[in-house]
Amino acid sequence: MQQLSLKSIIYDARMRGYFYQVFILSCLSFGFWWLIDNTVTNLADRGKTVGFGFLSENAGFQISATLGTWLFDYNVGQSSYLDVYFIGIANTFLVAILGIAGATIIGFTVGIMRLSKNFIVRSFATVYIELLRNIPLLLQLFFWYFAVLRALPSKRDKIEIIPDVAAMNITGLYLPAPIIEPGFIYSVTAFVVAIIITLVMKSWAQKRQFETGQRFPVLWTALGLIFGLTMLTFWITGNPMSWSYPEFKMTGAILRRGFQSGSGMVLVPEMLAVWLALTLYTAAFIAEIVRAGILAVAKGQTEAAYSIGMRPGMTLRLIIIPQALRVIIPPLTSQYLNLTKNSSLAVAIAYPELVSIFAGTALNQVGKEIEMIFMMMMVYLTFSLATAAFMNWFNARVKLVER
Amino acid sequence: MKKLTAAMVAVAGVAFAASASAATLDDVKAKGHIQCGVSQGLPGFSNADDSGDWTGLDVDMCRAVAAAVFGDSNAVKFTPLSAKQRFTALASGEVDILSRNTTWTMTRDTQLGLNFAGVNYYDGQGMMVPTSLGVTSATELDGANICTNTGTTTELNITDFFRANSMSFNLVAFEKADEVVAAYDAGRCDVYTTDRSGLAAQRGKLTAPDAHMVLSEIISKEPLGPVVRQGDDQWFNIVRWSLNAMINAEEMGVSSSNVNNLKFDANITPAVARLIGKEGNFGEELGLSNDWAYNILMQVGNYAESYEANVTPLGLARGVNALWSDGGILYAAPIR
Repeated sequence: MQQLSLKSIIYDARMRGYFYQVFILSCLSFGFWWLIDNTVTNLADRGKTVGFGFLSENAGFQISATLGTWLFDYNVGQSSYLDVYFIGIANTFLVAILGIAGATIIGFTVGIMRLSKNFIVRSFATVYIELLRNIPLLLQLFFWYFAVLRALPSKRDKIEIIPDVAAMNITGLYLPAPIIEPGFIYSVTAFVVAIIITLVMKSWAQKRQFETGQRFPVLWTALGLIFGLTMLTFWITGNPMSWSYPEFKMTGAILRRGFQSGSGMVLVPEMLAVWLALTLYTAAFIAEIVRAGILAVAKGQTEAAYSIGMRPGMTLRLIIIPQALRVIIPPLTSQYLNLTKNSSLAVAIAYPELVSIFAGTALNQVGKEIEMIFMMMMVYLTFSLATAAFMNWFNARVKLVER
Repeated sequence: MKKLTAAMVAVAGVAFAASASAATLDDVKAKGHIQCGVSQGLPGFSNADDSGDWTGLDVDMCRAVAAAVFGDSNAVKFTPLSAKQRFTALASGEVDILSRNTTWTMTRDTQLGLNFAGVNYYDGQGMMVPTSLGVTSATELDGANICTNTGTTTELNITDFFRANSMSFNLVAFEKADEVVAAYDAGRCDVYTTDRSGLAAQRGKLTAPDAHMVLSEIISKEPLGPVVRQGDDQWFNIVRWSLNAMINAEEMGVSSSNVNNLKFDANITPAVARLIGKEGNFGEELGLSNDWAYNILMQVGNYAESYEANVTPLGLARGVNALWSDGGILYAAPIR
């Protein structure tokens, strides 16, 4: 055991290690203390307090009708800032989830198209990717929003997509709204039960095929089960759901003409533009990831598949994609996270997501920057970590099983 | 993502601004210019021309403070801020004065840690509609789509107005005024609401300004004025008295064209002598030189000059912004 002395800090590797660890730790703690102390002093200088009491205060501003305001039943003057927070989260998640779904579908399609043997298909995919991933997202957001606004008919006019059911004008896309009556829950239960039965049936059919070689028509049985059981329950419980169709009026005061509020449901153009921009932009990146993933699968795999008589579509689905996924999933996760965070740009075109209504309007009313930005960061952090956790789990499932 | 980063920088600003509020005057003198927070482009109030020169009533307010502090109305740099960013920018010390058509309200005094140094424009919120709508009164607007800015008092006022009249409406709130105008112009909304001065200023940006009308209702009181951080009374006084000097000068008939003559005129009233620093020690009491107000008037002019150069071209008459002696409500405390 060496003597503890000043020398040992320099010459004894173990002591030196301890010394630097303690030194760095104290630097860090001092840094944190300095930041917190400064913040508290500066806030006190300006007569500001820290706390979350503002969350229960009533919010006195209107929020554009979106999924969030339907879910949390927003009432001006009665709803609190906490409700505003939840509405913001709901609206952010809505575009994030819709965007992820859309970008994945388009991204995979374009990525595969880029490897096509057909010149036109291949060139289209190349142009799409190079164009969309090289223009800043904010510009695309403005482009889609104002392009869509200018292209659509005015508020007192409409384009019918399905006559009397779905129509569109500058104020949004109007669709029928479901009105759920008591008893509808039985149909939902039947739907869930049918899916569970289908899953059990599928594993049973697979097992049977391995053992006896006999095939079972899983797809048709499943469709029959899911639709049949649900519809049957729906019919037995007395059709406990009706539709409210959008109502369009061309008479009366000019201001009141157009689609009437309170009938049907409306998807505002702000949301459609955000969704479109996020989807198309991220899809360009996903397409490149997919292409890289497919090219990473050795050509011999395709040749081997062809040599046992598989057709190109089957080869892609059963041989190439499962192997390509191993390469695709980690960068794909990053794109999903990017998309979620990019949704905060939607504030520029009046989509009432978290940054817009909570860190924007509400922040300006109550002025609790630190608390509110912290709450907002927590939302993005939680959602990003959850996405990453799910994708890591999925990655673990599809990665190469080594024996 | 950019917005998110900006917000985080703002928070970091509050954390890192190591007692920046100690003495703004010393900080300002040390860096040699005043950092002034203005709008992102509101003709008549704060607007940059093609060569990047800022003009407007709010810009003149900052120039006046620069003239008072440095004797040079150009010793000022401008930071364009959105309605949403403005208070954080001021609180974090990014700007020394916020002169950005900002409404003085109680919450902003008590909760946001701000001090309003006075009122340089008395405004009220109005509404603009296309004439083709056939609407003559704001009470006929039940069910309307309304475009406005986020982070302002307009969101609250319009909500109050529609609630008070038991009418429904749908609000489309943008971050920047340019997008509000573009969306309203495209027909996304039936109504564009903001301060009436803003409506007059933004109207010129519409494709057919004559096809729109401003409704007669004024639904709120919007006293707009320069804002400083709380906790620095000296700086607060400098900004307040720079404004008061401009208003008092108009009342006394002192302007940029005659202030130089008055300086060498033995027969001036004691009040004018105090204003331009020939009598008393008022400038030094503020921590400035005694010719502080003389510099303001020489380089920027009095309130009427600033108003006529900037706001009158918008077609906005003085109205309540006239001096109290002319039937308005502009009334500055005396310099004595």
